[in-house]
Amino acid sequence: MATAPVPAPLSTPHDIIEASSPSGLAATLHDWVVTVDHKRLGIMYVVTGLVFLVIGGVEAFLMRLQLAQSGLTLVPAETFNRLFTLHGTTMVFLVGIPIVFGFANYLVPLMIGARDLAFPRLNAFGFWILLFGGVLLYWSFVGGDGLYGAGSAPAVGWFAYAPLTERAFTPGNATDYWNLSVLVTGFGTIATAINLIATIATMRAPGMTLGRMPVYVWTVLTVSAMTLIILPPLSAAQIMLLLDRFLGAHYFDTQAGGSAIIWQHFFWFFGHPEVYILMVPGFGFVSEIIPVFSRKVIFGYVTLVAATVSIGAVAMSTWAHHMFTVGMGGTLNSFFAASTMLVAVPTGVKIFNWLGTLYGGKLRFRTPLLFCCAFLFQFLCAGLTGVMLAVAPFDWQLTDSYFVVAHFHFVLFGALIFTIFAALYYWFPKATGRMLSERVGRWVFWLLVVGFNVTFVTMHFPGVLGMPRRIYTYPADRGWDLLNLVTTLGVPLQALAVLIFVINVVYSLRHGAPAGDNPWEAWTLEWATTSPPPAYNFATVPPVTSRRPLWDAQHPDDPDWPHE
Amino acid sequence: MNSAASRGRAGVIGFIVAEASLFGVFVVAYLFYLGKSVTGPTPREVLDLPIVGTLCLLSSSVTVALAARALAAARVTRAGFWLFVTVVLGLAFLGSTAREWRRLIVDRGLTIGTNLFGTTFYPLVGLHASHVILGLIMLGLCLALACSGALKAIHAERVELVSWYWHFVDGVWVVVFTVVYVIGR
Repeated sequence: MATAPVPAPLSTPHDIIEASSPSGLAATLHDWVVTVDHKRLGIMYVVTGLVFLVIGGVEAFLMRLQLAQSGLTLVPAETFNRLFTLHGTTMVFLVGIPIVFGFANYLVPLMIGARDLAFPRLNAFGFWILLFGGVLLYWSFVGGDGLYGAGSAPAVGWFAYAPLTERAFTPGNATDYWNLSVLVTGFGTIATAINLIATIATMRAPGMTLGRMPVYVWTVLTVSAMTLIILPPLSAAQIMLLLDRFLGAHYFDTQAGGSAIIWQHFFWFFGHPEVYILMVPGFGFVSEIIPVFSRKVIFGYVTLVAATVSIGAVAMSTWAHHMFTVGMGGTLNSFFAASTMLVAVPTGVKIFNWLGTLYGGKLRFRTPLLFCCAFLFQFLCAGLTGVMLAVAPFDWQLTDSYFVVAHFHFVLFGALIFTIFAALYYWFPKATGRMLSERVGRWVFWLLVVGFNVTFVTMHFPGVLGMPRRIYTYPADRGWDLLNLVTTLGVPLQALAVLIFVINVVYSLRHGAPAGDNPWEAWTLEWATTSPPPAYNFATVPPVTSRRPLWDAQHPDDPDWPHE
Repeated sequence: MNSAASRGRAGVIGFIVAEASLFGVFVVAYLFYLGKSVTGPTPREVLDLPIVGTLCLLSSSVTVALAARALAAARVTRAGFWLFVTVVLGLAFLGSTAREWRRLIVDRGLTIGTNLFGTTFYPLVGLHASHVILGLIMLGLCLALACSGALKAIHAERVELVSWYWHFVDGVWVVVFTVVYVIGR
């Protein structure tokens, strides 16, 4: 068939936009709002996540102040419930997810030599629906109270256990704000996961075989596949909750024979793998950063990739270890205890991969590597308490105690947030063309390490001494006062670290040292283009002959591919 | 390789996996609450086998495949004909569901709030029906484009992707039929 002539009107809208675009702030804002560029969307995802990180951090700070001593009345009980609900929901859905998927947005096309994601407009949809989902959650402060006068922000916990979420127990609209907000952000996340899978499956540069993909891209592929399987069940359960609350269905209505336990199954079938969806890309960051700062290839690429995929597979059969105390019976308890412990095997393999990469390397202790080293130590602690809690009888003693809170904060803060900081320091030069200050980076690092460990190492002990989670105060005679005070004292250090980091980012955007294309002398494709990359990423698609294409380009006499 | 086309395939496969997971939970909830209703009516008392609707929907899978194949062979008129048959069959299925719901709600008094059977039945069948409606909108668009002459052989890939979705909706109905009308009755 002959190519049809392009009808003239098609070019007009473009001209109109060009002609009518005002300059200055409005034009910049307009550019960012209408963009479908994966790099801009990635940056907006990450900035959104960091803004919500500050909001969620303030909520945590308020809770810690209330718990610093016994019998304080700084935050009333009902407000405390709202704070931990918003803190949990924010940190998982509005901090973890946007940062993880934001980095994936930014990095995956660059790393595989593509010009954008497979569906750029779907990508923009995913971001905006997530952002407005987050706004919806916080709108509950206005809407939940203003409409019915019954409660403001949701107070049902980020897990929203039934039947507490039924209309009989939480009237008003606060719970609906939680439900709709998480439902809406979930749709955006599913869309982005589909987008990333399609991109990785079909848009790799010539020569970029699956076996040559950077480990980070493998981790994104794994968690995107997991997202498709575990996020829709949460959406389904939330639709059921909507039906219960608005159409009088009885899914979780125990009065009519409904089950409170099945909500827990649905929620944790999502909730537990979700932790891995957040954490596994963190492993990817570490797997990219450690080799570059050790000046070595990653140790055991194949086992590292296999461990990544195995974690993804096994993680989906561990969810009911959150439910050892609901009375599932010995068989199920044993199954979920065993499968939970099984996850420790591929995870342990990864630890040895990273240690093996560091071993004998020419280490350059720049800020990204510092954060990776702290991650290795703190993640090991998190994993060990995780295996302890997988032992069902041990869990019966400590479930819903501060020991559990300390455990998962070691995972999500001590491991995930630390890898995110490593990634921010590592890829900031690529995204902006400017370096972050190395000297300030050390301050951020040490403040964060000390603050984190003061808070969260200490937090284990009141848990062992019997302090339950989600309480807004406690009596003085339990012996928890000193431990809680120390726990709270670590918080200002972490807040200071984040403040310094934000100042450094704002300062470096204008005054940072120019980064050049490849400041860390790395070997993956994102460093082959300029910093920041042009809208089309690569002028010519770079050739890929091994897992380290830039090494091959720089050392034609000693390429990598004969050794793989 | 037409990379745009394979992108679409990968995207639709991902979408279908996510949808399957969504339906899975509603099926699990239906099976979990089977026979646990505190009050009547029970499925056995009120449900009839929707034979005609099922036959319509299953045969529409064949006709949509014929449409996709005809378009790939650049036979646009034939493709339009089979798209038309598919839409009619899909509408017939929707009609049978509507009749069933009307009978259940008006004659038998079974609503979503009556008991656990109603609670789990309407969302499961309704979720499927909403997917049928979505599929019919897409097929209807293809049909309209075929009638207007805008649909060409180069669009065969896209129509095929719509047909994948339609096959998926059919496959879900096989599961729903088995669970609700065979096992559950």
